[in-house]
Amino acid sequence: MKISNNKRIKELIAKTLMWVSMIFVFGMVISVIWTIFSHGWKAMSWEMVSSLPGGGFYIGKEGGFLNAIVGSLYIVGASTLLGLLISVPVVFYLNIYLKTGSKLAYAARMAFDVLFGVPSIVYGAFAFTIMIFFGLRTSLLGGIIVITLLIIPIFIRTMDESTREFPRDILDATYSLGATKWETLKVVLRQIAPGIATATLLSIGRAIGDAAAVMFTAGYTDSIPTALSQPAATLPLAVFFQLSSPIPEVQDRAYAAALVLTIIVLLLSLTGRLITNRFSKHKV
Amino acid sequence: MIEVQKLNIYIKDNHILKDVSVTLPDRQITCIIGPSGCGKTTLLRTLNRLIDSVEGIRMEGKVLVNGTDIIHSGTEITELRRRIGLVSQRPFPLPMSIFNNVAYGCRINNICKGKELHRTVEENLRAVGLWEEVKDRLHTPAARLSIGQQQRLCLARSLAVQPEYILADEATSALDPISAKTVEDLFVKLKEQYSIIMVTHTLRQALRIADHVIFMYLGEIIEEGDARQIFQNPQHELTQKYLTGAFS
Repeated sequence: MKISNNKRIKELIAKTLMWVSMIFVFGMVISVIWTIFSHGWKAMSWEMVSSLPGGGFYIGKEGGFLNAIVGSLYIVGASTLLGLLISVPVVFYLNIYLKTGSKLAYAARMAFDVLFGVPSIVYGAFAFTIMIFFGLRTSLLGGIIVITLLIIPIFIRTMDESTREFPRDILDATYSLGATKWETLKVVLRQIAPGIATATLLSIGRAIGDAAAVMFTAGYTDSIPTALSQPAATLPLAVFFQLSSPIPEVQDRAYAAALVLTIIVLLLSLTGRLITNRFSKHKV
Repeated sequence: MIEVQKLNIYIKDNHILKDVSVTLPDRQITCIIGPSGCGKTTLLRTLNRLIDSVEGIRMEGKVLVNGTDIIHSGTEITELRRRIGLVSQRPFPLPMSIFNNVAYGCRINNICKGKELHRTVEENLRAVGLWEEVKDRLHTPAARLSIGQQQRLCLARSLAVQPEYILADEATSALDPISAKTVEDLFVKLKEQYSIIMVTHTLRQALRIADHVIFMYLGEIIEEGDARQIFQNPQHELTQKYLTGAFS
């Protein structure tokens, strides 16, 4: 009877702790969303998301931040695609071509862990130095390259973790049918599809929300870039610049930009999940 | 025919197989029996070089498949593996549909395509008695099949690439008794066309289906020969003890 009571108390404490943590996390998320929404909604209008900044936009006059929306989508879209194309072969090589316990794989994973933790401002500063060396100016291409570099470690380490759980026996089954290592790629990709989706969503989140790296490399402009060599505005910088204004209307516009940023992340996440569900229905 | 000559396998400093020499007869079921850790699976996985992926592996001796040494002659390993199929302990369907599981091997080996591929898939699913059960849901995920059906699918997948030998590593041990019996009966039927080499822990299974038996102990072959002779009149004391259940 005593043991049973002890167990019940432990269970109650554990449950309470979990509830407190859950309430804390949900509370935080809701308060962030509420702050963005309550301030941003006042400034939100069709004009805000469909037009470019007019003269005097930054002192509260007409215009919108379409330049930042399009710039962010360009940078995120291109860098996510590039990051995925570069990361998949690396993850495949680490897990399929190298033997378990390989020193090279160990060193590579450690290097990616370090890169994972490097602040984005360092990536920005690094890319900026390279750009100065080659005489390049801030541009959409610069932004895409630095964001790709920033998200590659996220892509690799997240996909790597799910690939390491890939059942060895499925690989053996594939080899037993006469497959080369390269021919197992299709099988591996199908099995780790949820891992790829998670990696992509995490990368998109980091890419779209980063301000420090793009400030140095993509710059900021009031127009939509029509070439890779032109500078590009991004939503985080739109938030940053407008939030530093002393004019309350402009500050509210910063929250409107943050609201758009949040909605884009939400939409991309939902699309990502839908696509993954379609590809992971065969997962063993 | 597969001939193993003075095969020694080391994994790092451990001597796993010791001077193993044996001839595996064609169109028969050879059962490899012995206590856990005696090297049965290592021997089996050496025959199609799946053992290569083990870190620190070293092989000495010869394994002749139809007269060609597969250990040292620079054999094309992917072709060797196509010729020597494997059915593992637990079924591992590929993460794709039932149809594509059987078609996968044909596609990567350029065995057939189009209508012929459809015919091959049907033939092999029929060969393992699965066609009637799955013909209306060929494009649903293979993972949704029961475990017994999955094992038969894996067997169909192996047969589709036209192997000469089938290796079975305790292929019925994870199955329920009815599915195990179905797969066992299939092996008996398939021996008319294929040479089957099977690792089993179930002596009664070996007694039921084996034509040839190899008894291993601590990495060595203690006794091998005709199944009836081994089971009824074992020559070696260790074999007698193992068969009477003195150790397992």
